Amino acid sequence: MANVTSAEPNRRDFLYIATGAVGAVGVALTAWPFVAQMNPTASALALGSIEADITTIQPGQQVIFTWRSHPLFVRRRTPKEIAEARSVPVSALIDPIARNANLDDNAPATDQNRETKPEWLVVVGVCTHLGCIPTAFEGNYGGYLCHCHGSQYDTAGRVRRGPAPQNLAVPPYTFLTNTRIKIG
Amino acid sequence: MSGPSTYEPQSGFTRWLDTRLPILRLAHDTMTTFPTPRNLNFWYAFGAILTAMLGIQIVTGIVLAMHYVPNSTMAFDSVENIMRDVNYGWLLRYMHANGASFFFLAVYVHIFRGLYYGSYKAPREVLWILGVIIYVLMIITAFMGYVLPWGQMSFWAATVITNLFSSFDQLSHLVNPHWNVGTTIAYWIWGDFGVSNATLNRFFSLHNLLPFVIAGVVGLHIWALHVPGNNNPLGIDVKGPQDTVPFHPYYTVKDLWILSMFLIVYAVVVFYLPDILGNPDNYTPANPLVTPPDIVPDWYLLPFYAMLRSIPQKLFGVLTLFGALAILVFIPWLDRSYVRSARFRPVFKIFFWVFVVNALLLGYLGSQSVDATFFGTGIPDVLLARCATAYYYAFFLLIMPFLPLFETTRPLPATIATAVLGNKAAE
Repeated sequence: MANVTSAEPNRRDFLYIATGAVGAVGVALTAWPFVAQMNPTASALALGSIEADITTIQPGQQVIFTWRSHPLFVRRRTPKEIAEARSVPVSALIDPIARNANLDDNAPATDQNRETKPEWLVVVGVCTHLGCIPTAFEGNYGGYLCHCHGSQYDTAGRVRRGPAPQNLAVPPYTFLTNTRIKIG
Repeated sequence: MSGPSTYEPQSGFTRWLDTRLPILRLAHDTMTTFPTPRNLNFWYAFGAILTAMLGIQIVTGIVLAMHYVPNSTMAFDSVENIMRDVNYGWLLRYMHANGASFFFLAVYVHIFRGLYYGSYKAPREVLWILGVIIYVLMIITAFMGYVLPWGQMSFWAATVITNLFSSFDQLSHLVNPHWNVGTTIAYWIWGDFGVSNATLNRFFSLHNLLPFVIAGVVGLHIWALHVPGNNNPLGIDVKGPQDTVPFHPYYTVKDLWILSMFLIVYAVVVFYLPDILGNPDNYTPANPLVTPPDIVPDWYLLPFYAMLRSIPQKLFGVLTLFGALAILVFIPWLDRSYVRSARFRPVFKIFFWVFVVNALLLGYLGSQSVDATFFGTGIPDVLLARCATAYYYAFFLLIMPFLPLFETTRPLPATIATAVLGNKAAE
């Protein structure tokens, strides 16, 4: 077939463009389920909520619960640990944002913004560097030391030495009674 | 693939086939008469060794998949079942696990060979880039395979490596401090809020697929090799028939002989030292609530792990790690010297061997605890790792482009034949 070129757009140009456009949209719409199937399933999303009994935890102790397949630290702080955390100005912190799901996104990382009750620190026990579990009561700040790559956190779970970029996450939680909390 | 074909069908059937599917012609031209430089040395056998290792990994992998269960509650036990109850299961698994190590050993020899003799320079840039793609696919495949036994090291290696992507949060935070693009990618990779059964399942699926993708890219790699033909230890072009010998029998025999030596060493490890390259922590079932004190990848990824750990900032650590792989793609254009082989580059040769020692040093540092000092000398490992990382980058970004401005290269021989055969070549 001879190659016909004309200055004016003709019906063949229209067909090329229309077919290409429909094809591109079709490929994109077909690809999406193959991409989205990898996101967390409905059942993974549903495992959102647990209740934890904190009656037996003494000051200076920490108990680890499991929430969303991650360790959840519930730590009863001593007055000294609380005082240490409160003496740090926000400007001295690596991450100045509270990362507390119960507060506004922009809340500053004061010690008061990290806990619902000053005595009780509730954080997700996953290092914000590469996901290891930090060890409690270790490191230079009395909070946590992550043995994988050396990040350190203070007694409010705030990162004080890198490479971790963020404070330990505070999950959404409420005190049902003085000795029982609901997480998630 | 290049040059006119010399294949002549010898029977009625092969003549008939040749006009319909010239597959015997392809095999003949690429594996029999293919003109190959007559001076290829020991180090040029590792391409053939790598092909053999890919075959071993695919065959042992397919049979292991007949017994393995990709479920987080059953995976660990199914591996123990392979080790204890499946007929020769212990052998097949040790062949596969150590096969990965020997695959990487061979690929590192192959890569350093290419760096030393300048095999990446024109006209072999695409050949080199395809090699880098194969190497990256090998890393991904090996990493996913390491996760499948679902021991402690499997689980935590998967956690740490997939969390590398969460560092991209810091990039999206530049636009909006509450956009966590990296975390979204990590959830997408996991199919959950952390490494889980969903992660294990998809890793098993991809671990099955990727070796065949590698085989496909290997096909392209060999195709790209056969267009310009082999480089050689002199790094000069083939100038005529006197410089070459046919691939068969000269290099089929040489490759098979060296492959045999390699497989003997492999067999010694499989039979007598099967766990020497493994980590004892992986004989403990995965526990999402306990991180082992020291998480290390398998030996072949330790240099990159050392780079990651040496940077005290999350995003820059991850970029340093990914950049160390990405920079390999650009080597053909970073090296400005028109002389290929390090044999004729006295200064480059020194920097090359320092680079090799530097890579081994990074590997050693990656295997050590994060706060260790160098053999108890008081020099922090992390400081050395930073220097070694700097040299790794400097080798590619400073030495390769700028050394040719100062280096006096040695005179190149006229042809391969005169260099190898002396005056006899004049006949």
